[in-house]
Amino acid sequence: MESTLGLPSSQQPLSLEEAESRLRRSRRTGEGFIRGFLFISATISILTTIGIVFVLVRESLLFFRSPAVTMLEFLTGTQWQPHIEAFGIWPLLTSTLVTSTIAMLVALPLGIAVAIYLSEYASRRARSIIKPVLEVLAGIPTVVFGYFALTFMTPLLRGVLGRDTVEIYNTASAGIVIGILILPLISSMCEDALSAVPRSLREAGLSVGTTRLETALRVLVPAAFSGIMAAFIVGISRAIGETMVVALAAGAGPAFTLNPFRGAETMTGHIVRISGGDLSYDSIDYDSIFAIGLMLFLLTLMLNIISQAVVRRYREKYE
Amino acid sequence: MSERHAAERTGEIAPPALERFDIRARVRRRAAWGMQLVFLGSTLFGVLALSALLYNIFNGAFGLRAVEYKNPPEALAVEGIPLEELSKEELVSVLQANLSRGAFNKLDGEMGFAASSRDQVYSVVVERLLKPKVVKSWKLVESLTQRGEIEAFVAQQAPGARLEFVSWLDWRFVTSPQSSEPMRAGVRSAILGSLLTISITILIAFPIGVGAAIYLEEYAGDSPINRVIQTNINNLAGVPSIIYGMLGLAIFVRLLEPVTSGALFGLVDDPTTANGRTVLAAGLTLALLVLPLVIINAQEAIRAVPNSLRQAGFGLGGTKWQTIRSHVLPTAMPGILTGTILAVSRAFGETAPLVVIGASTYISSDPTGPFSKFTALPIQVYQWTARPQDEFRNLAAAAIIVLLILLLALNTTAVILRNRYGRQGELL
Repeated sequence: MESTLGLPSSQQPLSLEEAESRLRRSRRTGEGFIRGFLFISATISILTTIGIVFVLVRESLLFFRSPAVTMLEFLTGTQWQPHIEAFGIWPLLTSTLVTSTIAMLVALPLGIAVAIYLSEYASRRARSIIKPVLEVLAGIPTVVFGYFALTFMTPLLRGVLGRDTVEIYNTASAGIVIGILILPLISSMCEDALSAVPRSLREAGLSVGTTRLETALRVLVPAAFSGIMAAFIVGISRAIGETMVVALAAGAGPAFTLNPFRGAETMTGHIVRISGGDLSYDSIDYDSIFAIGLMLFLLTLMLNIISQAVVRRYREKYE
Repeated sequence: MSERHAAERTGEIAPPALERFDIRARVRRRAAWGMQLVFLGSTLFGVLALSALLYNIFNGAFGLRAVEYKNPPEALAVEGIPLEELSKEELVSVLQANLSRGAFNKLDGEMGFAASSRDQVYSVVVERLLKPKVVKSWKLVESLTQRGEIEAFVAQQAPGARLEFVSWLDWRFVTSPQSSEPMRAGVRSAILGSLLTISITILIAFPIGVGAAIYLEEYAGDSPINRVIQTNINNLAGVPSIIYGMLGLAIFVRLLEPVTSGALFGLVDDPTTANGRTVLAAGLTLALLVLPLVIINAQEAIRAVPNSLRQAGFGLGGTKWQTIRSHVLPTAMPGILTGTILAVSRAFGETAPLVVIGASTYISSDPTGPFSKFTALPIQVYQWTARPQDEFRNLAAAAIIVLLILLLALNTTAVILRNRYGRQGELL
């Protein structure tokens, strides 16, 4: 057939099928590879989780299989003394609870107050000064907070409450400093929650003649409750997992006590101290830190899942 | 009138509605004012905490110290010229004059004075002749306010000691390796170790993190597996860093020891002492640690790219990847970079995972590559703080200042990069 437009065959416009097949050949195979690489990148996070669970469970099983310890003793024992083969988790757990509780007592009220101030009261100028200060505080490495706890907070507590009451290493000082450390996290999460409350609710509150305080406390805080709750839970999770502050300031020996002025090693503190020394891979000490790690992982995972569920459940209210 | 007021307050007579409202309004306004003060006070507490933190660091990094010398520096001065200003040859002759001939010759044989630099000879003079020893040290504020008592203390407790006002952070501190002598200890190997580790972390976490973010935002549909990936990333971001350290210990240090120690590649001088506690293992561990943060930040940046840009790309006949590469990524890049650097600066200050994978053993040599043992800046801070002697706390404070300066530099880089890329994005 006579070619269209009278052009030489090399310059003929392609038929639709030909164009499609060229497209597929030239660019789509590369696209497939790229898509594959991107998918593998995304699955690395899954592998990480599997790795964490596998490692913690495997070494914990080795730990519980050893004759020195039973699961029951681990979960109910009130003494953790590896050298006499006493492996009860409670002393480590209680001191973790003491430091986290103190941290939350400091961080939650302050965090909510800061969030309310920043979102409802502060002028733009004040915000532009205070927000960066909080961000700097959030960016400081935790080991620096550990130094702060040991060389500033502890002497301060001992000066105020007396050297006889407060030991050199104590969970109160570590807890307060962890509270300061998670304050920026809590305040920024609460602020996000408050600013997500629709403007109409704020205006409705003010228009019926309430003060700004009443609007904040009776309208905004209840409306943002799920976000504040999530901040609270994430805060606890951070406090439980916090390591360097307790490793430096809370004491280097497990003690079964609720007295915040005594030294008591937490779960994370114990893991760091044991693994910081020369640790042989086949010892029961090595396996024991993985059992503690598993406990820690489950605890924080549970808290994180709860917080996500809380947010998901209540977010839909305004959407 | 005032009688009536009093009666109203006690509730004997009901006040008129408007006045009742006035009284209540006054109470409410007072409560509002009081609570506003509480809110402001809480906010100021945050500012105060940061100030106390910084004050405490500077308080520790400067101050008086009492030092005992074996030979006082003046006794070694040549013709009135102080020791620090002597040339190399003069220092060698000082050594010759003050050491026994045997000791001098042995030293010469070990290091060869002819081939050594002036600074090396000087450090030998300090080590062999001066032998400074810190008796006690004081913090800055103590040093300034209680000078008299400190002098009396030194005169009584350590008559031979000399009181010097020093900055623990100086050039020598930054350029010297770790040492068990507080006056000679420095952070050079720690800085190098930290920088090497963080480079590996960036090399691994950045491409994988951005890749994962692109997949999740641009390719992934709402399938169960993608939802699992997303939930999983959010959960990983909340896992305590020490758990990552244990993962690194079991996988990178133990299981992959042939890879992380370099033995697999034949890159180790002495296979008997090589183990997996290397820069590479630490870099990989920190990469896994920051990956969720990098992904989440990059996802946010990609999500912020307006859909019209994608439609424009497709409209021109671009394929999915072409559209992403030429439209989505350039626009999202400032956000991605800022997010990545923020995540990386978190890794830079991480201590717990590094201690757990075993970087904390005493290291005084510089790391030479990914397969060398190393120490890192936050670990130095941890070790020095954990020691009970005051002079090591001073060193910790100085090391913290170095750490914070490096972090500041990292974050400044983020801002500069963002601005530069930001302008390019506008041109596109």
